[in-house]
Amino acid sequence: MKAEALLSPRPEGLYCAPGDFYVDPVRPVERALITHGHSDHARAGHQAVLATRQTLDIMRIRYGDDFCGQEQTADLRKTIDVNGVTVTFHPAGHVLGSAQIAIEIDGMRIVVSGDYKRSVDPTCEQFEPVPCDVFITEATFGLPVFHHPDPEAEIGKLLKSLETFPERSHLVGAYALGKAQRVIALLRKQGYDRPIYIHGALAKLCDYYESQDVDLGELLPATVEKSARDDYRGAVIVCPPSSFANRWARRFADPISAFASGWMLIRQRARQRGVELPLVISDHVDWPELTDTIRDVGPGEVWVTHGREEALVRWCELEGIPAKPLHLIGYEDEGD
Amino acid sequence: MRAFSRLLDRLTLTPQRNAKLRLLVDYLSATPDPDRGYALAALAGTLDIRLVKPALLRELVLERMDETLFRYSYDYVGDLAETISLVWEAPVEDEAYEPRLSEVVEELNGLGRSDVAAHVRALFDRLDTSGRYALIKLATGGLRIGVSARLTKQALALMGDVDVSDIETLWHGLEPPYESLFAWLEGRGGRPELVTPAIFHPVMLAHPATDSDLEKLDPADYLAEWKWDGIRVQLSADDAHRRLYSRSGDDISGSFPDILEAVDFEGVIDGELLIGGTARTNSPTLTFSDLQQRLNRKTVTQKHMTDYPAFIRAYDLLFLKDRDIREEPLEDRRERLSEVIETAARDRFDLSPLVRFESWEQLDGLRKNPHDPVIEGVMMKRRDSVYQAGRVKGPWFKWKREPHIIDAVMMYAQRGHGKRSSYYSDFTFGVWMGEPGAEALVPVGKAYFGFTDAELEILDRFVRNNTVDRFGPVRAVRAEPQSGFVLEVAFEGIARSKRHKSGVAMRFPRISRLRQDKLPMEADRLETLTAMIDDRG
Repeated sequence: MKAEALLSPRPEGLYCAPGDFYVDPVRPVERALITHGHSDHARAGHQAVLATRQTLDIMRIRYGDDFCGQEQTADLRKTIDVNGVTVTFHPAGHVLGSAQIAIEIDGMRIVVSGDYKRSVDPTCEQFEPVPCDVFITEATFGLPVFHHPDPEAEIGKLLKSLETFPERSHLVGAYALGKAQRVIALLRKQGYDRPIYIHGALAKLCDYYESQDVDLGELLPATVEKSARDDYRGAVIVCPPSSFANRWARRFADPISAFASGWMLIRQRARQRGVELPLVISDHVDWPELTDTIRDVGPGEVWVTHGREEALVRWCELEGIPAKPLHLIGYEDEGD
Repeated sequence: MRAFSRLLDRLTLTPQRNAKLRLLVDYLSATPDPDRGYALAALAGTLDIRLVKPALLRELVLERMDETLFRYSYDYVGDLAETISLVWEAPVEDEAYEPRLSEVVEELNGLGRSDVAAHVRALFDRLDTSGRYALIKLATGGLRIGVSARLTKQALALMGDVDVSDIETLWHGLEPPYESLFAWLEGRGGRPELVTPAIFHPVMLAHPATDSDLEKLDPADYLAEWKWDGIRVQLSADDAHRRLYSRSGDDISGSFPDILEAVDFEGVIDGELLIGGTARTNSPTLTFSDLQQRLNRKTVTQKHMTDYPAFIRAYDLLFLKDRDIREEPLEDRRERLSEVIETAARDRFDLSPLVRFESWEQLDGLRKNPHDPVIEGVMMKRRDSVYQAGRVKGPWFKWKREPHIIDAVMMYAQRGHGKRSSYYSDFTFGVWMGEPGAEALVPVGKAYFGFTDAELEILDRFVRNNTVDRFGPVRAVRAEPQSGFVLEVAFEGIARSKRHKSGVAMRFPRISRLRQDKLPMEADRLETLTAMIDDRG
């Protein structure tokens, strides 16, 4: 069987014809396999959903109990038969519950890696390379400019700023699922033991992380009704990046805006978002990790889902690895 | 060097003007000479490191990486210095390496052509990302970090508690590393003496006239002149020096030897640089696109000077010999100016003629139907106005012709540069050509401003949701008679062009309105544009 017959792009998402299922579809379908809980990959309204326990839990937290018709849990590294196609979930190191999905029939194996990273993250299980014929990868940071620095050194910048400006509140923008908890865990790891304030949108997911044995220390709601402006002097407040621009952010004492994202590597990006303290912390692979991963996995062919496809395809060409972009629409171009 | 790269990083991330000023003043006060002087020169755009050019930097990068990957990276980041600083693979960064800024600058300037590549390569290998970024910005200028030359001068004024116009007057007579300037600002020395008046003097600017302005003004108080479509220049000459400056104070003498050689007077003239013949030789004035053939050239050939002869249409006199007459009323200055021009070279200088008028209505009529296609409106200047630097409301007004307007269809979009690099903000637009029933869009221009930030969000979203093809950084968008995005484009003029498929080239196009209310089929046809060429050049 040709790889294209096993898996091919459709407007709904990647479709496996022999198994009659989609991976991370962007529109409601009969049967969906979901790599992880970010909202551009995990959407509500599918008939049947197969995902890791944690991804299913996260979908329930985000969309409510009726997020799909029928759910099935995939245990990591255990094969499952879906209409005659063998499916196995492997850890992807992206966020809690994230997985790569290996899809296999007649000795042809395709791995859909979803979003992934290689650097150590105390909040989720480490990525495992899975040998395959076709490796399907993201390329969010697929340009040679992206070299993510050590996340602990980035957190060090935040701690330094807290020391230098003890009277200013530090507003840290971080995506609600994964990044926010990782930032908090990194702060705790470096001995920051004061309460950390969180935006209401993060509360349920932080509770869930704690229920999965990720220790986040003392978290308090960043509500102004119960506390005065001055309570936030010198405090760390973690919030979704979108709330910077809202009235919500104006309640804090002379805030410094920090943003934890791989995009913060580029000064002009930080500047256009009005970020004063960029923290380059990413849940995606950077360029060296991306290219090393392709070498580790050693696939016969690489397909690129979203991000800087052209550059990664060019690199593969230089390395003599057949590669093509899939031009999937609907995944966040700039999500991290 | 580290203090300077840290300053650049912080300035980039500091949006507030006052906070930027504070960072600048702190840096300039805390940094010793001559380091701060070189930093100042880099910020104000006066540092010249001749041998380090973008082409050289590119060559160095391409020694270590694939050209296509570099191009994708640059298109994405939108800033050469930042791209190179990030993609450079240093064997090991040398954390102990802390050269002084002045050492780096002086070493670079002392290099011979054959040593420069090796020297820069070694520097890149030893510096960290921020250091590489600062080095490239320093060497190539054009910092794009939201600090203008004017802001740095304001920081100097703040530092020394002097007026910013004092700094501007002195500025072009001084050179990096500006030690005498800092000594004066810190009270350790007197005001620097300028050896020559052949320096740039900040120019006086006009306000756009509105109907409500005119109602309050008496036409009898004003002189009117045509507003010519060239570039504003200042010619400064004494017995030893001759310089031609653009209105922002850039020295453009090198591009116009034909004018400078013809100077046989001393003084400072304000005027319009144009191409063609002077009125005194009875020859026509040529268009701005002819002038463009002469701008931004490092070397000028004889052929250029013959095909596109340059001249100055003078409208003001700031210095007569070495005497500052800026405090005299305009009418007196013009009188003196006409005497200077009278004896100056006939083919290189003429006097901007006055436009006679009795009422604003009459002037409005003249403005809308000028007798020469190179006129873009009128200027009104108070007869008794003194020459004041800057844009002061009241003494001088400009009253431009209305721009041309067309409706065009968005065809391609590209990411912007610098601050707008995450948006699709450069748009190529087209109009319809061909027989009815077999019409096709032909691109006629490119615009990357005119819209508000909110409108940019709309445009960017349209591009992302309607991409039909990609060519590297360029996206082709849906552009069909029944589906697409209509843009109202305003522009100042249109000329024939052999370089463009459409055969026309617009001057100063910008997006004046988003026409989501229109279908692409309702956009203009190419004939509408070609008719505008005949209309007014």
